[in-house]
Amino acid sequence: MKERLFRFVLDHPIWVILLTVLFVLGSAYGAKNLVFKSDYRVFFSEENPQLTAFESMQKIYSKSDNVAFILSPKDGDVFTPKTLKAIQALTTESWQVPFSTRVDSITNFQHSWSEEDDMFVEDLVLDADTLTDADMPRLKEIAINEPLLVHKIISPQAHVTVVNVTVQLPGVNPVEEIPHVVSKIRQMKAQFIEQNPEISVRLSGMVMMNNSFAESSLSDNATLVPIMFGVVLLGMILLLRTFSGTFATVIIIIFTIVSTMGLAGHTGFFLTGPSSTTPIMVLTLAVADCIHILTTMFYEMRQGVEKKKAIQDSLRINFQPIFLTSVTTAIGFLSLNFSDSPPFRDLGNMVAAGVMLAFIFSITLFPAMLSLLPLRVKATHEGKHDVMHKLAGFVVRNRKVLLPGMSAIMVSVIVFMPQNTLNDDFVKYFDTSVPFRQATDYMQENLSGMSTMEISIETGEASGINDPKFLQSVGNLTEWLRAQPETDHVSSLSDIIKRLNKNMHGDDPSYYTLPDDRELAAQYLLLYEMSLPYGLDLNNQLNVDKSSARVIATFRNLTSTEQIEIEERIYAWFAANASTYEVDIASPNLMFAHIGQRNIKSMLLGTTVALILISLILGFALKSLKFGLISLIPNIAPAAMGFGVWYFIDGQIGLALSVVAGMTLGIIVDDTVHFLSKYLHARRDRNKDPKAAVEYAFASVGKALWITTFVLVAGFMVLAQSSFKLNADMGLLTAITILIALIVDFLFLPALLMKLDKNNLSTTEDNSNSAEGDNNDCVKKIA
Amino acid sequence: MTVLKKSLNSLVVLGLMTAPLIASAETAEEKGTRIAIEAKASDKGWQDMQTSMNMILRNKEGQESIRDIRLKSLEIENDGDKSLSVFDKPKDVKGTAFLSFSHAVGADDQWLYLPKLKRVKRIASRNKSGPFMGSEFSYEDLSSFEVEKYTYKFLRDEPCEGGTCYVVEQYPVDKNSGYTRRVAWLDQAEYRPWKIEFFDRKNTPLKTLTYHEYNEYEGKHWRPNLMKMVNHQSGKSTDLTYSDYQFKTGLDDNDFNKNTLKRAR
Repeated sequence: MKERLFRFVLDHPIWVILLTVLFVLGSAYGAKNLVFKSDYRVFFSEENPQLTAFESMQKIYSKSDNVAFILSPKDGDVFTPKTLKAIQALTTESWQVPFSTRVDSITNFQHSWSEEDDMFVEDLVLDADTLTDADMPRLKEIAINEPLLVHKIISPQAHVTVVNVTVQLPGVNPVEEIPHVVSKIRQMKAQFIEQNPEISVRLSGMVMMNNSFAESSLSDNATLVPIMFGVVLLGMILLLRTFSGTFATVIIIIFTIVSTMGLAGHTGFFLTGPSSTTPIMVLTLAVADCIHILTTMFYEMRQGVEKKKAIQDSLRINFQPIFLTSVTTAIGFLSLNFSDSPPFRDLGNMVAAGVMLAFIFSITLFPAMLSLLPLRVKATHEGKHDVMHKLAGFVVRNRKVLLPGMSAIMVSVIVFMPQNTLNDDFVKYFDTSVPFRQATDYMQENLSGMSTMEISIETGEASGINDPKFLQSVGNLTEWLRAQPETDHVSSLSDIIKRLNKNMHGDDPSYYTLPDDRELAAQYLLLYEMSLPYGLDLNNQLNVDKSSARVIATFRNLTSTEQIEIEERIYAWFAANASTYEVDIASPNLMFAHIGQRNIKSMLLGTTVALILISLILGFALKSLKFGLISLIPNIAPAAMGFGVWYFIDGQIGLALSVVAGMTLGIIVDDTVHFLSKYLHARRDRNKDPKAAVEYAFASVGKALWITTFVLVAGFMVLAQSSFKLNADMGLLTAITILIALIVDFLFLPALLMKLDKNNLSTTEDNSNSAEGDNNDCVKKIA
Repeated sequence: MTVLKKSLNSLVVLGLMTAPLIASAETAEEKGTRIAIEAKASDKGWQDMQTSMNMILRNKEGQESIRDIRLKSLEIENDGDKSLSVFDKPKDVKGTAFLSFSHAVGADDQWLYLPKLKRVKRIASRNKSGPFMGSEFSYEDLSSFEVEKYTYKFLRDEPCEGGTCYVVEQYPVDKNSGYTRRVAWLDQAEYRPWKIEFFDRKNTPLKTLTYHEYNEYEGKHWRPNLMKMVNHQSGKSTDLTYSDYQFKTGLDDNDFNKNTLKRAR
């Protein structure tokens, strides 16, 4: 079967190429369906409890996706007639933002005051054209003393202000809605700057973040994929010294990427930040198959074998190991299906498919192309062989030091693994080159952080929010929250009620208190609500029958652990002070704060399943339980060590890194497979003793291993340059893990083999087919 | 303003008489305005009215809330109507009464009596576009229809529940309005509105109002028993049910002032 396939490929290369091209073109047609979903919600599965809580809260109140125009007048003062006029114009224009439902700014703030029995509710800045310098101190005084505004819409020093646009994305066409909003926002920004060069503008908010997910990932693919192609080209030409082989490899890579992405489009996948790295990962992984086939083929040709025969031999020799490593790699990536976060499941499935496609192309299209391309072999002796030989000698000589030494190093690195802290701060998903990150950092320094928590308090009774006891609880909560060191701002009903009570008593400051009568509070609110304009109602903080209220707290930017700690602190406050109410806390930040932990738990299971599957396959392929078990150590240790090293690099792990262990498992197993199978080949078929078998293994696969590792590390290091930190971290840790795996396979595994596989192969060998290897005393060293 | 309106009226009368002759010369804007004037004229003379309103508010989660209001209105010639609303539900605003002199152009005069505070407060606000008692109706949607509140453009004739409808676009004159335009369906026989579509400030569909169960009172005044407002952006909706319509009950200006507001129960 296999032989027939190989012969067919080599006898009818044109047909194979044509069929493949047809297949690739057919797949590529699906790529038009492949669109980028930039909503942060894609990171959460539908059953995610934090997402469910948040969505339910959004249905009860109103949605809170937003765009923040951060305005900083260069003269450092928001309160000048000219600046206020510009802000008012921007506020009006902001109603034109697609899907906008609310605009909050310093100018349209609904200021209420009273004169005798007249209650005024109107825009703080009603007609900016008529403002004079004399009006400024009064307006500033009102604004920076208003708890709803200060630290949210205006800085206490009044040097930075925000125009906040709330948008309600219908979610009908999630692919186009956000770019639609952003293009309008950017056009407004450009126009604003043109008209007001003395005011600088930055853009933040959830919508800008969503958009950055897409832009960051797509610009990555536009820059990183070409870089990666360059690295592969250069690496192959330098290391394998073949233009034809490099050309054929590049074709394989392109076809693999195109058909993977095309098939993903056909089957209804969409792109997200993590899954958009599929091309670069597939690119990196597809190279390895080609390298193995090329290396063997050149080796044969150098031995004088004719080209076609050399290709056939190479296929025969490599078919099983390439198939095996492709399957294990695919299993590793498929373990991502255990992830709690759908984009990573997609990534796993797409890359797994890509790896298998690469395998198929490598044994069909690749040899077909090679048979047609001119290939010449120079009978050069390469220095690398000597390096491997020297390394083998070094390992054999120092095995007694290497085993305990490497063990000690491995253990001492691994102990740092638990020292990593959990953190998913979506602002920090972007590096400081991304404008969204810069704007948000600026906002954090000058106004407030972007970490919010929405606290919904349910009284269980219609109009229950007017109950003085409830209002007092909300008032206490608000004060308590403001006293927390992490808090930047609290938006609370109690502030509005206090202000109304004051207004109703001739603006007497001593009435800035909560009314102790339920009907009074209800009637104040009725009056106030009747006076509010379109879009500035209280529906964003009260539910429809006024049985529950939503308090929104904004904190400085916090780590996941800190956020979960505050969340618990708030629940504890309610338990101690207002236990009669039903409380829900939700926000996008909390969703991200919890997902790292949830994902790590689910990925532990996924990685374990993958490990068991891969070990079974290894044991079966190596025909030995014992070597299957031995292989566990070099397969597990690198990921653990990688996380240990990570503690010194970053020390924070989250969503993206929690999938690295499963992902790398399938890749690093390849090294072990190649090394062990050559070792066993030497032991069983060539009757070599462990030392000689180690030397044989180094000699035969050492070079291929380090070249593929080089390509893999280079590939994932390129990914590590991403401006999207989620992908960059994933790339960096994967690269580290793969590099560690090679070191472990070169320095630890041989020493371990020589220790455990002493001179008693036949007695410890579970599988009896190696009886012929039972003559380790007759040492036959390879020259 | 009144002068203009009167001359407009006479123009319309003239227009009606000569309609067959100059129909082709009438622009869509003129036709839209004519329909509005005719609609207003057809309902003229109801003098005063009393009715009970019940509102059911629903959010996306299906939660409901109820408002009960008693309403008295007085027809004012050449200006907006006067109205007095007394709130019965929710319980904790029971007895709160709202007096409004609506004006065709400019801010309305509004007073609210807060029974707990035992005081009448004048609401000095130009905002008519916010939600009325948390519902999907704004005060702007509920106040009386006046020709001068909009400019018009006739779009087309279209079959509708009330037979054949004029479909007319209406552009609010008030710059504080929450809408860029409304599209109204009025039947040609009685000028009853059957549907109004509201477009928000960025001209995207915001709400749809439909009218149901019309009854005729006093031989010419058609009133719906049910008005349904659906907000397409928030998924919230409000059903407004009227009952016990009474016309020409003998109310006059003296029933609509700050003192009657205090006494209204």
